[in-house]
Amino acid sequence: MLRDQDRIFTNIYGFADAGLKGARARGDWDGTKALIAKGREQIVEEVKASELRGRGGAGFSTGMKWSFMPKEVGPRPHYLVINADEGEPGTCKDREILRHEPHKLIEGALLSAVGIGAHAAYCYVRGEFYRETEVLERAVDEAYDAGLIGADACGSGWAFDFYVHRGAGAYICGEESALIESLEGRKGQPRLKPPFPANVGLYGCPSTVNNVESIAVVPEILRRGAAWFAGLGRPRNTGVKLFNISGHVEQPCTVEEEMGIPLRELIEKHAGGVRGGWDNLQAVIPGGSSVPVLPKSICDSVRMDFDSLHEVKSGLGTAAVIVMDRSTDVVRAIARLSKFYKHESCGQCTPCREGTGWMWRMMERMVEGRAGVEEIDLLDEVTRQVEGHTICALGDAAAWPIQGLIRHFRPELERRIVERQVAGEGKAA
Amino acid sequence: MSTTPDAVEQPDSFAFTGENLEKAKAIIANYPPDRQASAVMPLLDLAQRQHDGWLPRAAMDHVAEVLEMPPIRVYEVATFYTMYNLAPVGRHHVRVCTNLPCWLRGSDDVVDTCRRSLDVDLGATTEDGMFTLDEVECMGACVNAPMMQVGDDYYEDLDAASTESILAKLRAGQTPTPGPQNGRRGCEPVGGLTTLTEIKAGGKSRGKGGGKSGGTA
Amino acid sequence: MPKLTIDGREVEVEPGLTVLQACEQVGIEIPRFCYHERLSIAGNCRMCLVDMERAPKPVASCAMPVGEGMVIHTNTEKVRKMRKGVMEFLLINHPLDCPICDQGGECDLQDQAMAYGFDRGRFQENKRAVEDKDLGPLIATEMTRCIHCTRCIRFATEVAGVPELGATGRGEAMEVGTYVEHALTSELSGNMIDLCPVGALTSKPYAFAARPWELHKTQSIDVLDAVGSNVRVDARGPEVLRVLPRLNEEVNEEWISDKTRFACDGLKRRRLDRAYVRRDGRLVEATWQEAFAAIAERLDGVAGPRIAAIAGDLADCEAMVALKDLMAALGSPHVDCRQDGAKLDPGNRAGYLFNTTIAGIEQADVCLLVGTNPRIEAAVLNSRLRKRFVMGGFTVGVIGEAADLTYRTEILGNDPAVIEQLAAGKHPFAERLQAAHWPMVIVGMGALARPDGAAVLAACRTIAERFEMVREADGWNGFNVLHTAAARVGGLDLGLVPGEGGRDVAGILDGAAKGEVEVVYLLGADEIDTGGLGGAFVIYQGHHGDAGASRADVILPGAAYTEKNATYVNTEGRVQRTARAVFPPGQGREDWTVLRALSDALGRPLPYDNLGQVRDRLTEVNPVFAAVGDVVPAPWGPFGAAGKMEAAPFASPVADFYGTDPISRASPTMAECSALCAAPQDRKTGTDG
Repeated sequence: MLRDQDRIFTNIYGFADAGLKGARARGDWDGTKALIAKGREQIVEEVKASELRGRGGAGFSTGMKWSFMPKEVGPRPHYLVINADEGEPGTCKDREILRHEPHKLIEGALLSAVGIGAHAAYCYVRGEFYRETEVLERAVDEAYDAGLIGADACGSGWAFDFYVHRGAGAYICGEESALIESLEGRKGQPRLKPPFPANVGLYGCPSTVNNVESIAVVPEILRRGAAWFAGLGRPRNTGVKLFNISGHVEQPCTVEEEMGIPLRELIEKHAGGVRGGWDNLQAVIPGGSSVPVLPKSICDSVRMDFDSLHEVKSGLGTAAVIVMDRSTDVVRAIARLSKFYKHESCGQCTPCREGTGWMWRMMERMVEGRAGVEEIDLLDEVTRQVEGHTICALGDAAAWPIQGLIRHFRPELERRIVERQVAGEGKAA
Repeated sequence: MSTTPDAVEQPDSFAFTGENLEKAKAIIANYPPDRQASAVMPLLDLAQRQHDGWLPRAAMDHVAEVLEMPPIRVYEVATFYTMYNLAPVGRHHVRVCTNLPCWLRGSDDVVDTCRRSLDVDLGATTEDGMFTLDEVECMGACVNAPMMQVGDDYYEDLDAASTESILAKLRAGQTPTPGPQNGRRGCEPVGGLTTLTEIKAGGKSRGKGGGKSGGTA
Repeated sequence: MPKLTIDGREVEVEPGLTVLQACEQVGIEIPRFCYHERLSIAGNCRMCLVDMERAPKPVASCAMPVGEGMVIHTNTEKVRKMRKGVMEFLLINHPLDCPICDQGGECDLQDQAMAYGFDRGRFQENKRAVEDKDLGPLIATEMTRCIHCTRCIRFATEVAGVPELGATGRGEAMEVGTYVEHALTSELSGNMIDLCPVGALTSKPYAFAARPWELHKTQSIDVLDAVGSNVRVDARGPEVLRVLPRLNEEVNEEWISDKTRFACDGLKRRRLDRAYVRRDGRLVEATWQEAFAAIAERLDGVAGPRIAAIAGDLADCEAMVALKDLMAALGSPHVDCRQDGAKLDPGNRAGYLFNTTIAGIEQADVCLLVGTNPRIEAAVLNSRLRKRFVMGGFTVGVIGEAADLTYRTEILGNDPAVIEQLAAGKHPFAERLQAAHWPMVIVGMGALARPDGAAVLAACRTIAERFEMVREADGWNGFNVLHTAAARVGGLDLGLVPGEGGRDVAGILDGAAKGEVEVVYLLGADEIDTGGLGGAFVIYQGHHGDAGASRADVILPGAAYTEKNATYVNTEGRVQRTARAVFPPGQGREDWTVLRALSDALGRPLPYDNLGQVRDRLTEVNPVFAAVGDVVPAPWGPFGAAGKMEAAPFASPVADFYGTDPISRASPTMAECSALCAAPQDRKTGTDG
């Protein structure tokens, strides 16, 4: 059981002041100058040692990512780009940081920037978060006014600017290279890799793109030490994490918990349990819409971390837990996600542009059983023709929920088809 | 989305107001020299806010001119992002999320209430020009589902009654209080805190020494 | 040199290549739609996916740089499956309208579907339909067929330098177009038709005219400007149906201008398909014998110095040498090939060539344009200037009209005085030229076809010399004349200029007006002031009923460039040949044979009876004609004539890109483009729709 003193985001519910005064009272901006003084290498080493894995969904080691930046800053400046384009269905953790803990983000950005040799950070906030952006911008102004950032951040001699950039409604901009494209003033279409952002990123310069939560936990890691963070959670899946629990639970909420907490414990302790009791559970999407759905049998015991969920062919993703009880039309639920991916496909590459629409249309027919049983295999095959063949991961994200559905709920799909056929025959008779 | 400019009646011209031009300059200054194209999204947003919530072709052309971009590059951006309205919208743009987490918690009721109350279909504007009703994808408030956005504000933890009440207030020219409509303040569990009870929520968790064994603050 | 393994074969390739290029080098073909070697890499079609060991996912070979030790598989079951999958996605929303699609038979999608597609459709949903776009009179659209490869967008943006096309909307609703409908404003737009791998963009004038397998294809040369673009002429029966580019890296790469491509419908109209003789003020049809007899009769007893000849801009070298020889035989020194009166100095070849060569532009770092608008005078050459610009580190200064050349220029003023200042090193731009390693100057006819042209030419030579644009050491020659007439360099190479005591074009017109010149032979010369020919007896030999023919007393029907095997020399001095794709209509004959026959009728037979002999004669007159296809560097020497330049600003000789010559002026397609240009369409607004 995680104790409160090990929680980072103590104002996640916004009960206290989000401004600088409140932030300082929570311990933000405490000794930041000394943390900057650790210098680039040590900051990277500590973040590596903390085993922090990116909180945006892919779970790549944050410190490792930083270490990909060129060791020397050449004529091209380095940039920190913060991904606040939170849009993965089920996910609403960064929103809480933006509006209730903005100073953690700004301080984290400063320290992360030192870690990658950057003097500027662009924070790309999804356009719908207008009020959240207002809070963040106020916090940025406060930080500038207090000399915490700017030409001489915290009196450290490190120049650091923090810019806020609002998006305008495109899920795909959460993909790091699409985000960069968008930030440069174009459509959010992902770039081909290589080159990777660490070499050619924003404005052709070395850039690191990190999720809001990843950045916002950095100050506490540096203050308390990597060992503290690494001591929480489970091996290779360390630290604390914000979980969003939505759907059919008694009390949907966001909560900061230890990595590796059992899914059932998470739901029962913090979200008041599954509506109608645990046995009323049908399925859970454990990490945002992109990860495959899990049936109750797996939910009974699975732990909420990257590796545990990977083992059961799903993923931690953004740790957005979408709970579906037995009343849920699980096929319709997944079809709704298919519609989402069709809507959000940028249209650039063939498999995603064409495949997301095809998959959604087939899913719509599956909802009503308006298909042949053999089309379940065709649908599965189409998901595999998309998966891995696209420029970015949106193709995979569109494919996996359907694969998860077919893997765990195939009888349900078949039942609808057969029932509709029988009904049709009945009518004909 | 991809509305062609021929589909709606377009004004002949558009130009930023003096005040907005100053804002535009300040926005452009956020980006490195020669990277003013980065400002295209904020400037389109600025133009849209100036022009009753939608972007006529002339506004896109004006933004292209200000940023020295080929107009087609601005059209591409304006048609790519869903928040740019390429046709007129009502005074209140009501956007209801119907994605999975909202659907699981009753977004169908919210949509139905809106349709019935406003007497319009999704994607349409009321005859009096007061409301435009749209269905949108996940807006990132999933633990406060179902939700809708009106203008810049989120209305969360909705049900049919609260939706109706919000619409009524808007119709009456009032501003309903944004946020959760079920009594909670944010994303905490509605029945009471399960964390941050040892310390005051919003307080300092780390003791002087820091570390896992640090005392309560 | 990275070493990699492709399908089990170890290969060593140049660094910087992509996996796709490496595969091609070892003869492994990788299917693709979006990839095009002259466009930026998009990587969007995913057809070129290959398997790379140790990579988490298949890689797009068009975008993946080769690396040491890479192991690539292109022919595994997995790769075949991937291709099949991508192919299926491309086809699900592609209409099954091949039978009524103009791309049929030359469609990448069709071809690759045969190789990689499923044998039946598995897509049970409704197909997408997309509204067609109006891109002007040249390109027909059927956007439902579009596979979103973005080649056209990249071509417009990158090569043509006219960023007017884009992909609006997103996902499966993404559409390629201009968004606000208007005709494309590029002189190179037709190339998009070639680039489009499907039938989304097809040729509007050629719509439903023929299937590719019905066409007889002839490799030839374009003559509608002085670039000498290499083309393929596609004909069915007696009719040229279309003109397509042919690859020549040195000249036109694989682009041609819209005039080169679309003016071919002018070959069917206003043709001179028989001889005419003016009787009682009216031109009446005549046989060859009657026409020759009329000429012989008129020339009888006329002294050589009272006869003159002007060669037009489309004249081929064989005809010009025959004309030159005939005039010499008649004792006339009055011949000229410079209809526009350009003060070109035939004495020094380097003084009238584009010495840098078109491909050489890519090496230049500073360019000075004098009295030229290459965008309309030589659209394809201009694309090379743009290509150089896009590569970066290229400065272009302009002395002349301020025009959008599709790349950034510095306007130094439209004032010949700037040339003098530069020649004296007194203009700020002189520093740029001084600092340049590979400086070049391009002098256009706008600067030379004026009374002070010789002085301008001399001043430009001074600039070239002052800034070391011509160097023996490394062979760099940055001095360039940009011609607009396909015949011009050939004419100068053949010395088709006034001989001792001879008259130039102005002199001939003057003589004709005064009655000192009695007979004028116009070899396709239509760009002169025919009203100034006074009472002269005018013989017009040519293929179109244009200005020259209407003034003629005798008309001899010749052959257009698609109807003869003829030699042309482009602005670089590159000797190239057309080939006959169709026969001239009616009585028309290859032009040199007309002159040869006439010489018989005049009792002064020319000493060649077949094409081989005429071509020997060309080489005899000037050895450069032996080097077909190549550019022979011309030695530097004096040319031009120092003198005072006038203050008048320069103006491009090309007022209407789409109507520069008798063929394009006879073309309904070009007329449509001209009209559109003349009345610049205000982009359509929503309220007028």
